[in-house]
Amino acid sequence: MFLKDYFGTIFKSIKSLLTGMRKTGYYFTHPKEILTEEYPDNRATLKMFDRFKGEVTMPHNENNEHRCTGCQACEIACPNGTIKIITKQEIKEDGKKKKAIEAFVYHLELCTLCNNCITSCPSDAIVMAQTYEHSVYDKTQLKKILNKPGSKIMEGVE
Amino acid sequence: MSLLGENFMTEEGEFVINMGPQHPSTHGVLHLKVWLDGETIKKVQPHLGYIHRSIEKMSERLSYRNFIYATSRMDYLSAHINNQACALAVEKGLQVEVPARAQAIRVLLAELTRLQSHQLWWGCTGLDLGAVTPFFYAFREREAIMEIFEETCGARLTQNFCVPGGVMYDVNPNFQKRVKDVMQQIKSKYREYEEILTGNVIFENRTKGVGYLSKEDAISFGVTGPTARASGISCDIRKWFPYDGYEKLDFEEVVMEGGDCYTRYMARIEEMKQSVHIIEQMIDNLPEGDIQGKTKNVIKLPKGEFYQKVETARGELGVYIVSDGAASPYRIKYRSPNFSNLSALETMSVGTKIGDLVAIMATIDLVIPDIDR
Ligand code: SF4
Ligand code: SF4
Repeated sequence: MFLKDYFGTIFKSIKSLLTGMRKTGYYFTHPKEILTEEYPDNRATLKMFDRFKGEVTMPHNENNEHRCTGCQACEIACPNGTIKIITKQEIKEDGKKKKAIEAFVYHLELCTLCNNCITSCPSDAIVMAQTYEHSVYDKTQLKKILNKPGSKIMEGVE
Repeated sequence: MSLLGENFMTEEGEFVINMGPQHPSTHGVLHLKVWLDGETIKKVQPHLGYIHRSIEKMSERLSYRNFIYATSRMDYLSAHINNQACALAVEKGLQVEVPARAQAIRVLLAELTRLQSHQLWWGCTGLDLGAVTPFFYAFREREAIMEIFEETCGARLTQNFCVPGGVMYDVNPNFQKRVKDVMQQIKSKYREYEEILTGNVIFENRTKGVGYLSKEDAISFGVTGPTARASGISCDIRKWFPYDGYEKLDFEEVVMEGGDCYTRYMARIEEMKQSVHIIEQMIDNLPEGDIQGKTKNVIKLPKGEFYQKVETARGELGVYIVSDGAASPYRIKYRSPNFSNLSALETMSVGTKIGDLVAIMATIDLVIPDIDR
């Protein structure tokens, strides 16, 4: 009885080992079913999905104009103080004063990519970019000014 | 007394070693102090706090829209379900109606989350017990699910897709097709899973009869989730306290008798099948309509206390909000499943060998950031 059990276990072990090996062998001989992506060699072809949250950016049109009014809704919506908006008073042609942004300061190193700022912006001034390589040697390089130098607000955006 | 983290011999001749905080099989920074007699475990003491980030305290400073993002970092494998729990708790306070489409999207994503979490667990269990191959096979299917998340939510782990009142965006146009493809793929791979791991002799010997948790112990330690259901306790929140329309769905609660590592393993495998079943019911009849209910820009909950519990991939997560009527919570408390499940570890492992401790830990499926928060 003991011997029968003993050899039975050995036989069962070998069988389950072979079952596992068969699967391994199958994938070894069918390399087409292997899905590994060879990053970074595939950098040229790698495309992220449209909604991928890479970093916050501010799109500008060809006249170097953006849509940000400086209302600071995004600054309030951000859970960790990633956004700092420095505003200034602009005097328009008709003499009226108007709030405008001096600088939209964005600290990528603090950002958790939660998308709250994007959904809170009333004038769709900021969007998520699909970038994914953010390593730098020095953390100060991650502090970004999102409005381009010399840019101003688009006509018609309130 | 000795220093924390020092290995030493007690006067009775028991050897005390430290497993972790950096140990490959603890899946993170879990520090276990283990008292050993030879190879037999006499006592296990978890030391916590290595990645405490004070999420509860932090949330007191944030608005009701903002505190949700941090819960993705608790149990990062059930991130979407955590977010859902917070959104539900806020909705309970506001008494807003969540549109049917938003509910369906939430449930679909929650079940996908459960599926990918169990898939990762399946791979890691194999890895912990000495089989490297399952790890890669599990990641193949999980990757397909992660791509669904990436396409619809914009992130793979920390989605932050639930907002009070609904979901942030509508699903991606490709969503339905992609989910159906993935479900087909997963269903065709079950057999492969069973061949590689479930029927394997080494695996069976290392898990059958190991780490027994009785029904009474499971109740007294507050164990929930698949770990408790494998000990014969019916505790699925989706069945007992349905939320987001789970009451309308057809699925079975997986309750198994046995209470050992192998039963816990089988319970999770069965749960994956149930998740696939739920997803297949819903994917073709997503209701039309809005994706967000009406909420104010600045949310203020009425004075009072609100509690909402959900079933994450590991058990019951409770969100308890105390509000004093202001725009941010007065106090938030999370009842996390892993913390309670970890407390039962000692009962399960005393008397077993040190190698079995790894098997027990693997089948409780601990996620450490959820314990520390
Ligand atoms: S994505 Fe979130 S963390 Fe980042 S800037 Fe926007 S609100 Fe702040
Ligand atoms: S980005 Fe949008 S929310 Fe932020 S200050 Fe500009 S307009 Fe306001």
